Amino acid sequence: MSGVILKFLGCCTVLSCLVGFAGEARAQSTIKSPTLEAVKQRGQLNCGVDTGMPGYAFQNSSGQWDGLDVALCRAVAAAVLGDPDKVKYVGLTSKVRFTVLQSGEIDMLIRDTTLTFTRNTQLGLNEAVINFYTGETFMVRKNLNVAHVKELDGATICVITGTTLERDIADYGRANHVKINTLLFDRPEEAFAAANAGRCDGYTDDGGSVAAARSGMQHPDDWVILPEVISREPLGAFVRQGDEPWSNIVKWTHYAMVEAEALDISQSNLDEVKKTTTEPEARKFLGLEGDFGKMLGLDNDWSYRIVKSVGNYGEVYDRYFGPKALGLPRGLNELWNHGGLQYVLAWQ
Amino acid sequence: MTRRPSRRATAGQWLLLLAVVAVVWALLRSAGHNLAQRNMSLGFGFLGDQAGFDIPFHLVSWTTFDTYGRALLVCSLNALLVSVMGVVASTALGLLIGVMRLSANWLVRNTAVAFIELIRNTPQLVQIVFWYAAVLQALPSARQSLAVPGGILLNIRGLYLPRMITGPDGSFLPWLAMLVLAGTPFAWRLRIRDARIGVKALLLPLLAAALFLADVDRIEWPALKGFNVAGGIGLPPELVALWAGLSIYSAAFIAEIVRSSIQAVPRGQQEAALSLGLKPRQRLLLIVLPQALRLMVPPLTSQYLNLIKNSSLGAAIAYPEIFEIFAGTVLNQSGREIETIIIVMAIFLVINLLTSALMNWYNRRVALVGR
Amino acid sequence: MTAEIPARSPAHRLAGHTAGSLSRGIRQAMNALRRNLFNSIGNTILSGMMLALFWLVIPPFVDWAVTHATIAGISKSACDGSGACWTFIKVRLPSFFYGSFPPTERWRVDLAALLLVAFGIPVLRDRVARRGLWVVLLLTVFPVLAGVLLVGGVPGLPYVGTHLWGGLLLNTTISFVAVAGSLPLGMALALGRRSGLPIVRMLSIGFIELWRGVPLLTVLFMATVMLPLFLPHGITIDNLVRAMVALTLFTSAYMAEVVRGGLQGVPSGQEEAAYALGLKWWQVQYCVVLPQALRLVVPGIVNTVVDLFKDTTLVTIVGLFDMLGAVNQAINDPAWLGLAKEGYAFAALLFFVCCFAMSSFGRRFERRLERSTPR
Repeated sequence: MSGVILKFLGCCTVLSCLVGFAGEARAQSTIKSPTLEAVKQRGQLNCGVDTGMPGYAFQNSSGQWDGLDVALCRAVAAAVLGDPDKVKYVGLTSKVRFTVLQSGEIDMLIRDTTLTFTRNTQLGLNEAVINFYTGETFMVRKNLNVAHVKELDGATICVITGTTLERDIADYGRANHVKINTLLFDRPEEAFAAANAGRCDGYTDDGGSVAAARSGMQHPDDWVILPEVISREPLGAFVRQGDEPWSNIVKWTHYAMVEAEALDISQSNLDEVKKTTTEPEARKFLGLEGDFGKMLGLDNDWSYRIVKSVGNYGEVYDRYFGPKALGLPRGLNELWNHGGLQYVLAWQ
Repeated sequence: MTRRPSRRATAGQWLLLLAVVAVVWALLRSAGHNLAQRNMSLGFGFLGDQAGFDIPFHLVSWTTFDTYGRALLVCSLNALLVSVMGVVASTALGLLIGVMRLSANWLVRNTAVAFIELIRNTPQLVQIVFWYAAVLQALPSARQSLAVPGGILLNIRGLYLPRMITGPDGSFLPWLAMLVLAGTPFAWRLRIRDARIGVKALLLPLLAAALFLADVDRIEWPALKGFNVAGGIGLPPELVALWAGLSIYSAAFIAEIVRSSIQAVPRGQQEAALSLGLKPRQRLLLIVLPQALRLMVPPLTSQYLNLIKNSSLGAAIAYPEIFEIFAGTVLNQSGREIETIIIVMAIFLVINLLTSALMNWYNRRVALVGR
Repeated sequence: MTAEIPARSPAHRLAGHTAGSLSRGIRQAMNALRRNLFNSIGNTILSGMMLALFWLVIPPFVDWAVTHATIAGISKSACDGSGACWTFIKVRLPSFFYGSFPPTERWRVDLAALLLVAFGIPVLRDRVARRGLWVVLLLTVFPVLAGVLLVGGVPGLPYVGTHLWGGLLLNTTISFVAVAGSLPLGMALALGRRSGLPIVRMLSIGFIELWRGVPLLTVLFMATVMLPLFLPHGITIDNLVRAMVALTLFTSAYMAEVVRGGLQGVPSGQEEAAYALGLKWWQVQYCVVLPQALRLVVPGIVNTVVDLFKDTTLVTIVGLFDMLGAVNQAINDPAWLGLAKEGYAFAALLFFVCCFAMSSFGRRFERRLERSTPR
């Protein structure tokens, strides 16, 4: 009998080893952010991204994560940990994304996710920042001779499920007295394939994903993107409520990328600017004056590291959505002084 | 079957029960604690909320104003539909391939072997995606629909059948027809003066059909309108692809069950049938298959259960079944992960337990008594 | 339809091995062809139908996969689109096998795979002394060695987080752990289901039917969504471990049913005789019943393992990039968009090779069992 007990105890030990206790780290510091402390202690940022959506987050030919959302993960890791590569990417389907963030498995969620009223109020999550302004657009076959969404009465459109899109279409149809049929797919590649085969007349998603979808078609020139944008889809980062300092870090990391573009600081001229600049704005941004990094609970070199590792917002946008990539005009994502919405709160 | 357990063992099982209860209780407690911490609550009130999205294929009426609860009904019926279709088709196909597998013709036998091996050794998800792509590629676009005689249209959007519009609701004719249909098996077994009615009972379904037709007001023919075919009953290609994927996968397993069951029928039975002068086809249909059927029922049951469960893979090809609609769209819009998953698991559990009970009942009926 | 029960006499089986010279072989083949395919009108029609089917399916496939295919080059521009673009597979191959495992550390995966083969062969070979010892080694020493090799974190082997694991490595690891875990659990459940203790029996039946009644997708989903909720605050379990636990529990229910089938196949006289000798319950089960039952159910276990291996493709839902997940990822790479067909074809082929090897072993074992079992 005692042998059985011993075996049982052995099993328990093995199990508890498997479980691994990640203790609560609540070290005392001037800025109390449990997430920041946990990330620093772990030496790694856990970042929830899309399982694979061209432009936002995908694995490139060498198996490395890449994309606009991934760039924000890398920037936060560079700011917090000093190394953009210290990120653990967790690929998430739209079904599980919020719960995984709620359970504390990831530190931030940046997964082409729309920031909405209900999500803000109901999920116990904070919407840290918007890194991509877009809206629901449609792509249809050219040979249908359709110029506007209103003409799509009776058409079948491929959609990815678990998003805000299904409801947007239903609402649009109700408002405009058209009936647009939807076909709900679990994953983008399956929806692309169905659109390609002609199962649906078109594909709908946020502007960035539609551009990605178009380039994924066998003959991209056979498809036309309709001019209407039927909804607002501000895509951005989510963090857990109750940890405002961490939310600030994510927010200001994105702002740092935008500010760098506004100041004409890019990955290539960064070191030169830092050595030579006399402009107070640039000096403040690069941490040569003021204590902005410390106010976030980081060091003053944080913004330098962000630009050094991923570049400014314009560079990042061009890399994934520019003419050489998916070819999506910047539109709303231009800087505020170029007629867009990417605006930085005053760096004071 | 075993001897009576010792007293210590009898006491031990109470300890085990205690341990299980304790673990479950601890888990539930920490779940409650975690929920409270995250300001989340559990409740099924959300089923009454308005869904506001479209379900492309539905057996009962559906509008965007309906509730999540009705969405659950719609997608459960869709899942049941493809499951029932799959069970029927996989049994027929599996029987055919299982018999082919035992054919004396080398080519036929080995084609069956190749088919079984190919299907059994690749993931079902890949197969379903493959059938979807194959089905889509084979069909013409909506504007070049194939017109099948009888007013049927076939294109990439689906198979469109003429729909019979019945008279005003409340007509008793369809009910009467259904009653007649339900009565057929009983009539079959009925005896009048020691003679069974038997095959003559098949007149009843004809009567039922006539009753149905009598109630038909007009026929709605499918026709091309705008982008798509309008009118009639449309069967989407997703249904066809998922049906094919599920049936073909299960058929490969059923074929092996059929083969081993046929081989398990004692050789003496065959030899006896041979000596009675029965032809090969008669030997198979009258002697071997009925006996093999008895052995098949238990393994068939678990194949059917697998098929029903695997219908959840339809989410990959946009078939609006439970996992796609309820654990997908509804879950996301309502933000009620825990409740939706509990409901989905409960539904599958109930369907499977019912199927299991039905098959067990059937098994008891056909099993040989007392060997 | 003519269906006959193939003769299973030893002489028939030996015929193939004793085929003599080449010309005799050809003559025999011609005879066999006539005898087997065209011996009656019905058979000729059947054979013709099969040949027509082959003619419809095989040439277009060969055209696509071989004749018009491209494998040269390193970018999508190398492919002209008339046939399969195997270049894509060639370029992405490492990610299909290793996922994001750091390239400099991939030798560790290879070594672990070699170890698996080295430990596995003695277990699977026909005749081997001390098979039990090898099984124990495979289930104890090998996991430790492979675990250290793959995870690292010891001097000389840098740590590789499980989030970097992927591709076939992930399918294999998850399958191995799930098999190793579900076998003992399944045996316990099978014994529990046949137990004379009502509570034990009820708990076992409840457990088995619960897991068998729900789709694996929901089980995996629950492992991601629900498990963190049920654990005390602050405890997190690695994503991979969660998937492994989910698959282990799921598979153990199926294993239990397979093992139960074997237990029922052991004549009850065996058990009665053992009790009559004064053996205790666990001695009877461990020394008499289980060894006989397990021998009977090896084919069933192999089938369960094959099913499990195929089912590991569903772990993408918990954010793990297994072989199929890696293919999906590759399909979404902007540099290679539009090559889904090649990706899925390759995934199907790779799974076929792995699963076919396993089921062939199962069948061989079954035949050996049939030969050695007195009828």
